[in-house]
Amino acid sequence: MATPTDRQYSESHEWFLHQEDTVTIGITKHAADELTDITYVEMLPVGTDIAQGGSIGEVESVKTTADVISMVAGSISEVNDNVTNDPSLVNSDSYGEGWLVKLKVSDVSALGELMDGATYDRLHGDS
Amino acid sequence: MTSSTESNLKNSPFASLHEQYGGQMVDFTGWNLPIRYTSILEEHRQVRTSGGFFDVSHMGRLRFRGPDAARCLDRVCTRQVQGMAEGQCRYSLVCNEQGGCRDDVLVYCMGPSEYLMVCNGANRAKIIAHIEDNRGDLDFKFDDQTEKTAMCAVQGPKVMEFIGSVSKEIPTLKRFRFLIKNLMVLKVIVSRTGYTGEDGVEVILDAKMAAPALKMLLKDLGQQDSIVRPCGLGARDTLRMEAGMPLYGHELTEEIDPLSAGLGFAVKLDKGETVDEGAPPVERFIGQDALQAIAAKGPVRRLVGLHVEGRRSPRQSMPILVGGEPLGEVTSGCVSPTLERPIAMGYLPSEHAVAGTPVQVDLGRSQVDAVVRDLPLYKRP
Repeated sequence: MATPTDRQYSESHEWFLHQEDTVTIGITKHAADELTDITYVEMLPVGTDIAQGGSIGEVESVKTTADVISMVAGSISEVNDNVTNDPSLVNSDSYGEGWLVKLKVSDVSALGELMDGATYDRLHGDS
Repeated sequence: MTSSTESNLKNSPFASLHEQYGGQMVDFTGWNLPIRYTSILEEHRQVRTSGGFFDVSHMGRLRFRGPDAARCLDRVCTRQVQGMAEGQCRYSLVCNEQGGCRDDVLVYCMGPSEYLMVCNGANRAKIIAHIEDNRGDLDFKFDDQTEKTAMCAVQGPKVMEFIGSVSKEIPTLKRFRFLIKNLMVLKVIVSRTGYTGEDGVEVILDAKMAAPALKMLLKDLGQQDSIVRPCGLGARDTLRMEAGMPLYGHELTEEIDPLSAGLGFAVKLDKGETVDEGAPPVERFIGQDALQAIAAKGPVRRLVGLHVEGRRSPRQSMPILVGGEPLGEVTSGCVSPTLERPIAMGYLPSEHAVAGTPVQVDLGRSQVDAVVRDLPLYKRP
């Protein structure tokens, strides 16, 4: 599956989709594959203020537990309850139904530092 | 993901299988082996309901041949080797002088003066050195067959019936027995043993024969509805946890003795103290004095199973609390695919290692309730 080109990517394998004053955050297909089957997702609650570089929560797989890092500051406006109830969505649809949180943001300039889809794909895409 | 080998990882004789089925390859104690092909959870369920094929070629395979082969094995193994019948396997520990576990192994009696020891891949070099250090002037030849051979496990409730279609003899094997089978041109050792809690076999064969044997025996491997499908080492780990089987580096270490680990059945505490009429004297084993002392007082800690509340997975080294005090430690944990709940194994002081005892596990960000359970946490129906 090709990496979507409508969003930005961090070195730590999160994706950031900016629409108006909201940034949707998830983890990449590559990260989900590396973690193996995801069995548990716990995001911080709606209303939590997140600093740039701060953790928005954890995903757990059969093999390990990983923090999910936001590269942009903001306030959590929505948590994807579908993923909390069915964590396998992160594996099966990392870029769609498997999104994790939406962040209300005022300054998205930090996203400019991140990779675009083509660059991420070149580094970590399926081959 | 690519499945190409980088650096100096060893490739298994089954490497073409991993490539064919898209295995996600990882460095597994220096071997390039699949953690999974599809999904760890799917592969786990495949083994509990039907059958799975595991490449376990990284396990060490050490051959002992000669008049003193059994004497050497009796010196290093907690179980008695002399007197084993041809075609019999025994699970044993190899201990240090303090009674701590250097490894857990399977000894195969191939004949009156020939034995095979299967040890953990990560411990192979250590065990070879241990045997060389302790063989003294015993008369036997010792050689490492690991890289000349391949090893796989075929495990699951439908496996024996499946094998029955190619061999009438193999399904008649008792547990912990093996036979040397000539299937057409293939010479293979097939034992009714495993590490999943299911029925099945483990197979050792010449490395060059690995690929042709697979083609011949497992033509339909990997089809959606196959009885046996390839499974990675991720599922092997969750399967053995449910079955309460120890993994070296987790439940067993140089600091943990087999009695604390609940493996007393594999320790012959009176080895060499009684002499069978007409039989040569049996060597005492390294660590026997220490284990006799531990047995006399009773181990101060014991391995237990835990049913853990919530949905998060306990992990190695997480503290186990009794009445708020951190008195124990998790050695392995996962969200059990069969029991559909978090489970763990870990050590607790013996006085608290009693089924039904309420404890907590410190998961880092939170503490969750758990209950001590007897091992294994899963038994096949």
